[in-house]
Amino acid sequence: MLKSLRSLFQPKVTGIYPEKHKLTATAAIAEAPLSSHYILPLKQHIGEICTPLVRVGDRVLKGQKIAKSQGYLSAAIHAPTSGIITKIGEHAITHPSGLSMESIFIEADGNDQWDTTLATLQDWKQLEPSILRERVRLSGIAGLGGAVFPTFIKLLQDKNHPIESVILNGAECEPYLTNDHRLMVEHSEEIVLGLQMILHMVKANTAIIAIEDNKPDAIACFQRIITAQELHHIEVKSLPSSYPQGSEKQLIEFLTKKQVPAGKLPLHIGLICQNVGTTKAIHDAILWGKPLIERVVTVSGDAMPNPGNMRVRLGTPIDQLLAWHGLENMDGCHLIHGGPMMGERLGHAHAPVVKATNAVLAFLPQTMMAAHKEESPCIRCGDCSQVCPASLTPNLLADLCRQDQFEKVADYHLFDCIECGCCSYVCPSHIPLVHYFRYGKGQLATIKREKAFADESRQRSSAKEARIQREKEAKEAAAAKRKQARAATAPVTPPTQPTEGQS
Amino acid sequence: MQNLFTAMLSFSLFALISGILLAIATRFFKVEGDPIVEKIDALLPQTQCGQCGFPGCKPYATAVAEERAEVNHCIPGGERTMLAIADLMGVEPKEIEEGPTAPMVAFIREDECIGCTLCIKSCPVDAIVGAPKQYHTIIAKDCTGCTLCLEPCPVDCIDMLIKPELLEHWAWPLPGSNRAELGHERKEQHHA
Amino acid sequence: MILLSSPHIHGGNSIRKVMFSVILSLIPATLFSVYLFGWLSFLIIVSCMGAALVSEWGCLRLMKRPIAPMFDGSAALTGLLIALTLPALTPWWMTILAAMFAIILSKQIYGGLGYNPFNPALSARVILLISFPLQMTSWITPMSVDHLLNLYDFSIASQLFFFGVQSLNTSLDAITMATPLGHVKTALSQGISVPDALAHYPYHWLDAFIGNEGGSIGESSALALLLGGLFLLGKGVIRWQIPCSFLITVALLSLISSLIAPNQFAPPLFHLMAGGLMLCAFFMATDPVSSPVTHKGQLIFGIGCGLITWSIRNFGGYPEGAMFAVMLMNCAVPLIDHYTRPRVYGRAAS
Repeated sequence: MLKSLRSLFQPKVTGIYPEKHKLTATAAIAEAPLSSHYILPLKQHIGEICTPLVRVGDRVLKGQKIAKSQGYLSAAIHAPTSGIITKIGEHAITHPSGLSMESIFIEADGNDQWDTTLATLQDWKQLEPSILRERVRLSGIAGLGGAVFPTFIKLLQDKNHPIESVILNGAECEPYLTNDHRLMVEHSEEIVLGLQMILHMVKANTAIIAIEDNKPDAIACFQRIITAQELHHIEVKSLPSSYPQGSEKQLIEFLTKKQVPAGKLPLHIGLICQNVGTTKAIHDAILWGKPLIERVVTVSGDAMPNPGNMRVRLGTPIDQLLAWHGLENMDGCHLIHGGPMMGERLGHAHAPVVKATNAVLAFLPQTMMAAHKEESPCIRCGDCSQVCPASLTPNLLADLCRQDQFEKVADYHLFDCIECGCCSYVCPSHIPLVHYFRYGKGQLATIKREKAFADESRQRSSAKEARIQREKEAKEAAAAKRKQARAATAPVTPPTQPTEGQS
Repeated sequence: MQNLFTAMLSFSLFALISGILLAIATRFFKVEGDPIVEKIDALLPQTQCGQCGFPGCKPYATAVAEERAEVNHCIPGGERTMLAIADLMGVEPKEIEEGPTAPMVAFIREDECIGCTLCIKSCPVDAIVGAPKQYHTIIAKDCTGCTLCLEPCPVDCIDMLIKPELLEHWAWPLPGSNRAELGHERKEQHHA
Repeated sequence: MILLSSPHIHGGNSIRKVMFSVILSLIPATLFSVYLFGWLSFLIIVSCMGAALVSEWGCLRLMKRPIAPMFDGSAALTGLLIALTLPALTPWWMTILAAMFAIILSKQIYGGLGYNPFNPALSARVILLISFPLQMTSWITPMSVDHLLNLYDFSIASQLFFFGVQSLNTSLDAITMATPLGHVKTALSQGISVPDALAHYPYHWLDAFIGNEGGSIGESSALALLLGGLFLLGKGVIRWQIPCSFLITVALLSLISSLIAPNQFAPPLFHLMAGGLMLCAFFMATDPVSSPVTHKGQLIFGIGCGLITWSIRNFGGYPEGAMFAVMLMNCAVPLIDHYTRPRVYGRAAS
């Protein structure tokens, strides 16, 4: 009641205040035991798929690069432990479709022996930013907040857009998730060091560490370090614990009152955002020569017997991870990969932990059913517009998607939707608005792809027609020539064979 | 009676003036050419498959524009294409007789191919490569699945395969009304 | 496996919760109507709600749809809202007709909850007003405890409800009075100035704030309606934009006009307290289905309602215009919604 009265005087309150359920906020990060085997999908980031560098039967060392980036927008993959490559083939991944992906299978040998070819860069302060950036690229680091965008691209310097400030994103606004929180509490020094490395790489002067006010211990840790080391250019800022506070664009707007223009990146307004987990990974890669082979995962949910935070090697089968937390029989519960607001339902529990896995949640069926009720008609209450952090009008947009009116959808800016789920969360009619938007986006992408294919086919077909026409004309011309030649009783020249192939 | 005449006269005058205005408008805002064929052609999937009964997409588009053909003959285009054409032509949508088919792609069993080049000649989009007496092969990414290469093949070594579902082409389906089945699904899992 | 999109948690709000909060917020006004008109109010409310629910059930059955929506509270709320806008002398068949009209012709025929362009309760009320002008403008004197017309006596009230005034051997004129708005309107047409007219009204016009005057059973007490409205605002079920802009527009316009010509135009407080304005501003105009979604649109909607209400009250043929105003603005909602979409994050204003 008080909250809504307050909202009377603030005309635009975006986002929601969900119950946070941070069951594992005080659970220290546990080290995962060695699994018997690991499965590494060849694409764990946004961008192009990697190509394997190893063959079945090869022996690999822990940290050895086993798949290299094929294109620019890509992140390499490293072996999480030493062992033998047993298979390279399709395996289930954490994708809502349940489709599988080419993956590398490693049988652990138990020695966990490090590959020491990657040097440590203790003197990073003296090194050129480009060298550090190359290290970040080689280490296969991608945004660990969940977006898994290859990190080195974010660290590039653009002459036209100097970076003024780096924002360290420690908001962790999703309910249940505590992996970033624990990382901040237990590894604050490394994170601050990593932040300084980022500042060095992008040549920025100031930094903001942004943390939600429901993690006072993390805020205190950073404040202590900053005062002790006299890092006056780094500022710790406490944020209200609303959702989606940790979404990059919303975080920037809150901290700087500036909006990232549509279709642009934060760097265009002189900012970059990095997740705390990514920053720790950058630190490890530069200072310790450790590529990205593990990450912290929150294992939680109301059906989880022993919730906790665990440092898990990438490639660990999720059913193995759940078994370590006491969940052996998964029939009676629903598994979510990621947070409850943006995570996806897991089709196969034997899919592996990937770079994007910030949490694995197990929910009781009744919890899941309470969230996914049968949809009723929209009563146009406007709650969705009220909470939408992108200021869209979700109910109108969902109507357009439902009716396949894709021409109008662009006018309503469907692609500005960040799929945060606030609209579905507040909807009294239980309309799966995000699902409609995903449907709309998927259909638009399909239409675009089919259109491009049709245009290409049209070109190919008209090219073929033109070629046939040309050949026919050439033949006729040659025949005419021959006739002429015969008429003149000149020696006959063999007709030239028209060249086969595309013209 | 006089009122009646005044009304009739004024309405006739009004109609006359409007008519003149319309005539002037058509003269000044005349649209050059008839781009409708191109517009329909742009909506068609360009498989050039001939399933519509016309020797390609453009001829079908011309036929539809000249109202010689119905809007529902494009099988690969499916319902969406039919609706778009009906909308463009301003006619009632008509149901497509054949149901939606999964996207197909042709595949040559190379060890059976005799290298006759007949399929190459029949492919409307040049998606088959090969030379006389050499194995032919189909560029899967360019194949429109039109099946025109099946008939000319003297040894029947071409198969139509269902295009594999690609992860990057996967799209969310429309939310179904099956959310209430969440409980049933769980029961099934138990029984399984 | 069933594909379920995120989010996998939900805030817990539901249509039923929204509808029942509105019903809850109408309790003060409902109780006050029973206080004013005794069993008569009770009978009207029960028959309206009952008829609304039965019509909803019938429609859903006819259309072979699941009957679960019957219990979402929307039909009950529509019934209650119609009842509160009816005069106490409405006969039983008219209450049922109104409820049937609201549910069948104004809601279900459009596709049910969420698809109706007009507020069902309002459209039913307007149809009754146009079809039965005499019955709809006969206002019984409130708190009547006459031995012939003791409204707190169930048998008398039910006789009145089922068999009409004639059955009590009394005439309509003897037991009715004019509403403040009607009184002023008649006075003005007879050349009496507004201050004189107000001075001759049996109640002080400020009584309307508490609600001791003639009128529809639920619209008398501005106070009770205001309480309900504030409850809804506090619960976040409705937003301030529509009621505030509606009321402020009426107040401002009547303030200006009464300052310029005090003999022709009634003062702002009179306009705010009298008639169905409060009920319309808090419960009818804010009906989510038939009002704009965006904040800017809601402000425009409210201002439009206020403008039309004021115009009809002062220049139109009917003494009260709030209902017409809301219905007219309902027509404009799709247009308003289209042109008032908020500026999307990171984009220039469109």
